[in-house]
Amino acid sequence: MHDALPLGQWVSQFLNFVLAHDNGTLENLGKVIGAFTEAIEAVLVALPDWAVAGAISAIGLWRVGWKFGLFCAASFFVIIATGFWPATMSTLALITASAVISLVLGIPLGIWMARSDRVAALVRPVLDFMQTMPAFVYLIPAAMLFGLGKVPGVLATVIFAMPPAVRLTNLGIRQVNKEQVEAGIAFGCTPRQLLLKVQIPGAMPSIMAGVNQTIMMALSMVIIASMVGAGGLGNDVLASIQRLDIGLGFESGLSVVLLAIILDRITESFGASSAQPQASWRERARNLMARRQPSGP
Amino acid sequence: MDAALTPGPSAAGGTGENCAPAKIVVRNLVKVFGNRPAVALQMLEQGLHKDEIFRCTGQIVGVQDASFEIRSGEIFVIMGLSGSGKSTLIRLLNRLLEPTSGEVLVDGQNVASMDRRQLIDLRRRDMSMVFQSFALMPHRTVLDNAAFGLEVAGIDKAQREKRALQVLEQVGLTAFARKHPSELSGGMQQRVGLARALAVDPSLMLMDEAFSALDPLKRHEMQHVLLDLQRDHKRTIVFVSHDLDEAFRIGDRIAIMEGGSVVQVGDPHEIARNPATDYVRAFFRGVDLTRHLTVGDIARTDQVPIFPVPSNIPDEFGAAIEHLRSIKRHYGFLVDPAHRLIGVVSIDSLLRCLGQSRPDLAGALLDHVPALAGASPFREVLGQVARNPHPFPVIDGKGIYMGAVTQTILLEHLCDEETRNA
Repeated sequence: MHDALPLGQWVSQFLNFVLAHDNGTLENLGKVIGAFTEAIEAVLVALPDWAVAGAISAIGLWRVGWKFGLFCAASFFVIIATGFWPATMSTLALITASAVISLVLGIPLGIWMARSDRVAALVRPVLDFMQTMPAFVYLIPAAMLFGLGKVPGVLATVIFAMPPAVRLTNLGIRQVNKEQVEAGIAFGCTPRQLLLKVQIPGAMPSIMAGVNQTIMMALSMVIIASMVGAGGLGNDVLASIQRLDIGLGFESGLSVVLLAIILDRITESFGASSAQPQASWRERARNLMARRQPSGP
Repeated sequence: MDAALTPGPSAAGGTGENCAPAKIVVRNLVKVFGNRPAVALQMLEQGLHKDEIFRCTGQIVGVQDASFEIRSGEIFVIMGLSGSGKSTLIRLLNRLLEPTSGEVLVDGQNVASMDRRQLIDLRRRDMSMVFQSFALMPHRTVLDNAAFGLEVAGIDKAQREKRALQVLEQVGLTAFARKHPSELSGGMQQRVGLARALAVDPSLMLMDEAFSALDPLKRHEMQHVLLDLQRDHKRTIVFVSHDLDEAFRIGDRIAIMEGGSVVQVGDPHEIARNPATDYVRAFFRGVDLTRHLTVGDIARTDQVPIFPVPSNIPDEFGAAIEHLRSIKRHYGFLVDPAHRLIGVVSIDSLLRCLGQSRPDLAGALLDHVPALAGASPFREVLGQVARNPHPFPVIDGKGIYMGAVTQTILLEHLCDEETRNA
């Protein structure tokens, strides 16, 4: 804003420099991300709505319990009946694409941080920056580099949603019981075996909490990403604000809320099951038949 | 790679224990925690105290110039208060911690200078560890936990599960193989820890406060399990503990640590009798040693003379009577050339024998004096010895004469105990 330190000018010059010299790598990257997102959406849209809704409700029934299964079914009924099904599937596709990319990058980075204090010291401030910078700001460079559409939306979402996966993976591995790690080493684990057989299984509850957080943050960001034309439920929310249409705002907002609750409870259940030994599927089926919640030890 | 130079712990039986080969030799072992160990090492060589080193440089001396040997097939207990460096020391033996300087020879190979490959190989093949907090993997079943070492070593599934079931049977947990550790009690979890350590069939087991987290009853039970296992198959066991009772119960020899240094190494009773420093003395104060003493521990050979089985009875018995009178003793023991106890004689019984028309050996032996087993607890024979004026001979499991227990010895021990605890 002030000319004494033209920081903003430098950033914009840097971005323009990148735009002028990247020789199509950004374009190719954009194509890949776009194709990935659209493929997921195509599948979700191509399937009949009752099949997708039924499948997700079944997962809810299996992982959480029969009450939650019913809740899922009722939620999807509301979404379909209010006519927001296609937009919801589009949003779900954006979330899935962003979350997958975030986790594929974030979990290995978290593992790397856990194994090297130097990497951790380097990455931590970057994560802080990524999380505290107002989310809208990411949309500007993303749109500059990739134009309008799904691709900048997914990229901005990845930047916003990746930090919890990195942080919680790092934290989880560092907090694995010290004697368990020692036991791994004492019985002759190579560093790779130690990671795969002791540290990652031990960190699983924390990693799954990170996955859950990442998905929830992706959900909030893909709504905002409608500002660069990412589409989905965000479009309706944005339109309701522009038109001051409270009815549209409530309906589209409700779809977001229902989708959020379903995603949250289901991903959370995977985290809880890795925290303690899970009953076999047979026992769970028996519990279901007996119409009661599976009880923990 | 000549790992098989020293014979394994196959030599069971008590006779050769003192000449058992060294399984582990620790020489001048030092561990400094901190970023400038070289400085601390130099200051240690100049004879500075670890507290001074910490004040000047911030370096913490964990283990200071430790040197000792652990014999093949023995249970070697490392004792000390918390913070004395015993857990650090045991971790230097399998290099969970990097030694700052010094040597750790296991079967003649220096663990401290091994490369990573050799080290992993040694850990997989020949040494295992049991931890205070059990350190089981919560996401694995009991069976998979027991098979962990074999899995890491690349043994195929069928084979490692067969072996894991074997060791689970040894510790009495076959029925729980498919359970998860969180479903087991503490004592049972540590049985799994023990099974995991046994599964790789190591000749060396490191046990870090292995039973300290258990309640006294369970601890007792686990000590028995360990001793039973040790009776079937002698392994070298290094056992860290802060519990003196435990050290006495299971330890063949113990090392006492203070402030990172090993201050005394030896047989537990020997250390109790002759503490090297005030610290060791204080350590043993208040411990009722008679609880752990065996008859063999207190038997002495200087109290009662022994005579060989005579070939010429009248001459040799006559000489024996003379000898007994000259040293003012009334009783003596007869032993054969292999040092096996034959019986107890007294001046009276010898005279009576010589007075017979045909003096024979049987006539000279007192038949009311039983021999005591060296392994039986001192307390069990206390009353018997106190009520009888004559000395009792003490023999080991093979009938070999070990020494005598007399009322005098008894009194001396009880007196020692009083003064030690005063």
